Order: sequence, then C-alpha cells, then structure tokens
Amino acid sequence: MSEQETLLRVEDLWVRFPTRNGIVEAVRGISFAVGRERVGIVGESGSGKSMTGRSILRLIRPPGQMTAKEISFKGDNLLDYSERQMRDVRGHKISMVMQDPKFSLNPVMTVGKQISEAYRLHSGASRGDAKRKALEMLEAVQIREPERVYNSYPHEVSGGMGQRIMIAMMLIPDPDLLIADEPTSALDVTVQMRVLAIMDKLVKDRGMGLIFISHDLQLVSSFCDRVIIMYGGKIVETCKASELHNAKHPYTRGLLAALPQIDDPKAKLAVLDRDPVWRDQESVVAYD
Amino acid sequence: MNQPMLEVANLNVYFGEGGDIFQAVDSVSFKVKKGGSYGLVGESGSGKSTVLRAISGLIADWDGRICVEGEVLEPKREKAFYRKMQMVFQDPYASLHPRHTVDRILSEPLGLHGIGDVETRVLKALDDVGLGKAFRFRYPHQLSGGQRQRVAVARALMLEPQILLLDEPTSALDVSVQAEVLNLLSDLRTERNLTYLMVTHDLAVVAHMCEEIAVMSHGKVVEVMSVEQMRRSEPKEAYTRELLMASKGYDPEFFAGEAV
Ligand SMILES: Nc1ncnc2c1ncn2[C@@H]1O[C@H](COP(=O)(O)OP(=O)(O)OP(=O)(O)O)[C@@H](O)[C@H]1O
Ligand SMILES: Nc1ncnc2c1ncn2[C@@H]1O[C@H](COP(=O)(O)OP(=O)(O)OP(=O)(O)O)[C@@H](O)[C@H]1O
Ligand SMILES: [Mg+2]
Ligand SMILES: [Mg+2]
Repeated sequence: MSEQETLLRVEDLWVRFPTRNGIVEAVRGISFAVGRERVGIVGESGSGKSMTGRSILRLIRPPGQMTAKEISFKGDNLLDYSERQMRDVRGHKISMVMQDPKFSLNPVMTVGKQISEAYRLHSGASRGDAKRKALEMLEAVQIREPERVYNSYPHEVSGGMGQRIMIAMMLIPDPDLLIADEPTSALDVTVQMRVLAIMDKLVKDRGMGLIFISHDLQLVSSFCDRVIIMYGGKIVETCKASELHNAKHPYTRGLLAALPQIDDPKAKLAVLDRDPVWRDQESVVAYD
Repeated sequence: MNQPMLEVANLNVYFGEGGDIFQAVDSVSFKVKKGGSYGLVGESGSGKSTVLRAISGLIADWDGRICVEGEVLEPKREKAFYRKMQMVFQDPYASLHPRHTVDRILSEPLGLHGIGDVETRVLKALDDVGLGKAFRFRYPHQLSGGQRQRVAVARALMLEPQILLLDEPTSALDVSVQAEVLNLLSDLRTERNLTYLMVTHDLAVVAHMCEEIAVMSHGKVVEVMSVEQMRRSEPKEAYTRELLMASKGYDPEFFAGEAV
C-alpha cells in the first residue's frame, strides 16, 4: 500500500458481548489499514470478520461494546463523530453490504422502491430518474428481468438476487470505501465473477477501497490485493493475496487443506486441528 | 430393488396469478436412488430452491409428479411426511426463529411429533454438528452465520429423516466448518443410508458430495452428468463449461469480450 493513500486506519479494535456464560470477546485488539485497494478478510466462522466490518461503521448493537484507539477514515477519527455525523458517513462515504441481505431489506417495500429511495436520498433526483437509475443498477449486477424484480418484494426473489440487490443499493451512492460481507456467497460462480468484475472496476477506475469479507480462500487469493487472516478475534497472518498458497501459519495452511478440489477427490476432507496456543498469540499488525 | 427413493417427473412450478404468471420451474425430471446423493447446480434464479420447496411441500402451486418410495405426493403433506424428509434452508438467518433459543429450536420438532428423551437428543445433536452445550441457550442473533447453519442442520436431523433436501447447506460456512459439515453429512449418509438432494453453486462441493449432477438454467435442466464426467471437465453445454471455468477463481480476462 506504500505509495497509496490510506483510506482507513484501525488501531487496537476490540468488540465484546456480555452473555449468560460471561463475556464473549469477538474481536481482540486488531490493527489494520486499507488504501485504494482490495483487502480480503478471511477466517473461520465466528472469527470476528463481520464484527470487524460493522465496527468500522459503529454498527455494533448493544449490549455489544466496541473500543479502539483509532478508527480513522481519510484522517478523521470516526470515534469522535456524533451519531448524526456517522449517519452521513454510512451509505455515503462508506457502504456496507451485510452478510444477511434479505434481513437488511425492508420486507414490506418493493425492491425497486428501496433502491430508488436510497438513490433519491443521496442525490435528490426525481422519482422518474431514480427509477431509471435503479433499473440500470439492477441490470449492472446481472439481474435478468430488472422490471419484474423492481416490482418484487424481498421474499419473492432468490437468495442470489437478494445479494445482488444489496450490492446495487450500496454502490449507488458511489462510496469511497465498500465493506462487502460475504457479498457473493449465494451466487453461482458465473454471476459471482460478473459481480466481482463490477467491484474490481470501481477500485481501478474510481479508486474505491474495498474490504472483501469471505470464507472462500480461492476466491480471495485470486481477487484481492492483500489478505488478512483472522482467528479467534485476532489477525494471525497477513500476506499478498497472490502469496496465500504459501501461507505459513498452521491455521491458514489448515484452511487451505480443508478445501474440496474438483480434480483431486478425497473420501474425507481434512479437518482443522486447532492448537490452543493460536488463541494466545499476539495479533499481527496489518497496516500494509 | 430398483425403485428410486425420490422421483420427480415433469415438475412445473408457477408464481403469481391471472395474466401475471411466472413459470420458475419447467418440466424438471430426475430420480435419486435410496442412499444416493444428487446435486442440482445452476445460475442464481434458475429455480433450484423452488424445486426443493415444491418437493418439501412449501409450495403448493405445481404440477407434475413427485414420488417418495413409489408413493405419489400431493401438494399438501401429512405431519408424518416430515419424519421422512427434512430440508436445510439456504438462508440460516431467515430459517431460525429469532426469539427462540437454540434449545427450543431443536426441541420443537420433537414435541410436535411426540418424541421423548428431549434433553439427551438436543445435546447429542449439538455435539453431532460440532457445537458444544455452551450454545444451547443462545439466541440466533448471538451466533455467527456458520454457527446458525450448524443449528439448522441439527434441527433437520432431530426427526431422523431418510431424505434430506439441502439448499446450499455450506454456502454460509467457512471452509474448515464446511469440511466438518460435509464430512458429517457424508458419515450420516453412510451410517443411516440417507438420501440427499443437494443444491449448491460450488462445483467442488457438489463433486465431493454427489454422484450425479443436474445443471439448471432458466427453470430447466439443461445437462445431467456423472461426477466422473465433471471431474474430467467434459460438459457438453456452454453454460456448464463457463461454470467449471469460473469455479477456478477470479480472472479479469474472463469477461474480456464482454462489456462489464
Ligand atoms: N450478540 C452477540 N452476543 C454474543 N456473542 C456474539 C453476538 N454477536 C456475535 N457474537 C459472537 O462474536 C463472534 C464473532 O462473530 P462474527 O459475526 O464477527 O463472526 P464471523 O467471522 O463473521 O463469522 P461467519 O463467517 O460465521 O459470519 C462469534 O463467536 C459470535 O458468536
Ligand atoms: N414466492 C415467490 N414469488 C414470486 N417469484 C418467486 C418466488 N420465489 C421465487 N421466485 C422466482 O422464481 C425464480 C427461481 O427462484 P429460486 O429461488 O428457485 O432460484 P435459485 O435457483 O434457488 O437461485 P439462487 O441460487 O439465487 O438461490 C426466481 O426468478 C425468483 O424471483
Ligand atoms: Mg460473518
Ligand atoms: Mg436458492
């Protein structure tokens, strides 16, 4: 990231949840930065990827608590912002595609209305223009019948369509930073490639920063510039995406070994053997 | 015996009414033998989940034939049907009741079907899917995506069904848990001679899990291949070839000829 501008810098981020069985530490003191590049965050389920993404937008719901020394965006510390200033950041400067797309859509409003309202809010465009823009975005994310989908309610669209609708909505305001949490996990690979190509173009042409949260190692290594590997709320390793196959940490190596391969059938998939010391190792700093 | 465990013939599924009808599934036919594992792959919106939902009785507006062990199924199902067949849904967020604890989610099917020994079964199920008893009294919003999907798999297993309909059962899981869940599903299939119908967009997963694979596009089955044919990359249809290529990772050259 050396000669690039830093968009986001996070230092010593913690997320904690009080529960019946004591405090769950979802994120444990991680530090990283993102420039105008594609940064992948991988790691097993529960490792804290989504909470890291949500923390950046200060979207941790109570009783969860988030603390950090710094979460700065283009030099401004977001921790000092009022709730009102944060609302302006969310969806305008930083967008997030949530992991649970249908969950984040309003169930009683048509998909089209939600997208065009989002656009109107951001641009002040007329209803007609907003509708045109919304249909254009649906087409851009490879929705086959944009008119039909525009008039559908969230429960009437397929899983993969829901994800693409969310992506369309988040890209409309032209954000500086997009946090995409498992944005393509419900898409078949060919549509997935096209959606990734759209994001890729935004990074290359408009200098958008992208945090790409995924559990698909092969995808992240082929798509991103850098990868951050999380385990137990910490960063255990970070490397260039193209170097992921040479990862050193036994956790990362275990994840790679667990992947089924089309041309290399196995009766049983390798299962990760977790070493308790991984949890206590110090978090790796991932500024570049 | 040659009777298939599950047979679908000329299945059509429609949404909407009057002049506004949309046909989501168009003359789909396939058979799955007892103890077999059949995969459905295909692009988003091609009708995969809809096929599963029609089979499991969640959609009533279909025609064609659906048979389980030679017995024709009507759109409406008896309670006993669900001891034979269970479904794991694509979206673990929508499929778990947000205000029920994991304990309640797992006990409920037992209560509905008058099965006793609840505590032992719930703890065993949690253990089977790799969640300890610490998760028993959590609510869905206190679980990560993968943990929720494991709860969904556990719930489907509570009634010890013979057929599992699996809709993207691991698409929300990371690879290490995916490996655990896929190994678990393979073991269960062998131990209990279960029959699977599995939807996934991950060709490596389908190759690992299924013996036969149908490719869907626009509501139709466009190609059926054995796993061996798939491994040898011998698909006939252009769409299937594209699918295989794209599953090798992101390649900016992939759409070189296309305006993105
Ligand atoms: N409201 C909550 N109360 C208690 N624990 C929680 C809560 N929300 C999340 N957690 C815990 O925080 C940890 C991190 O969760 P997070 O959602 O960030 O995981 P993730 O890496 O995104 O996983 P996945 O790949 O499954 O989505 C998990 O162990 C989860 O159980
Ligand atoms: N309840 C509904 N009302 C109207 N249309 C519906 C409904 N459910 C599904 N559809 C439509 O039927 C088509 C097939 O949807 P389905 O969910 O079966 O796709 P899928 O192959 O499972 O896709 P994905 O891989 O994205 O999950 C889609 O065009 C969808 O919009
Ligand atoms: Mg997550
Ligand atoms: Mg589906």
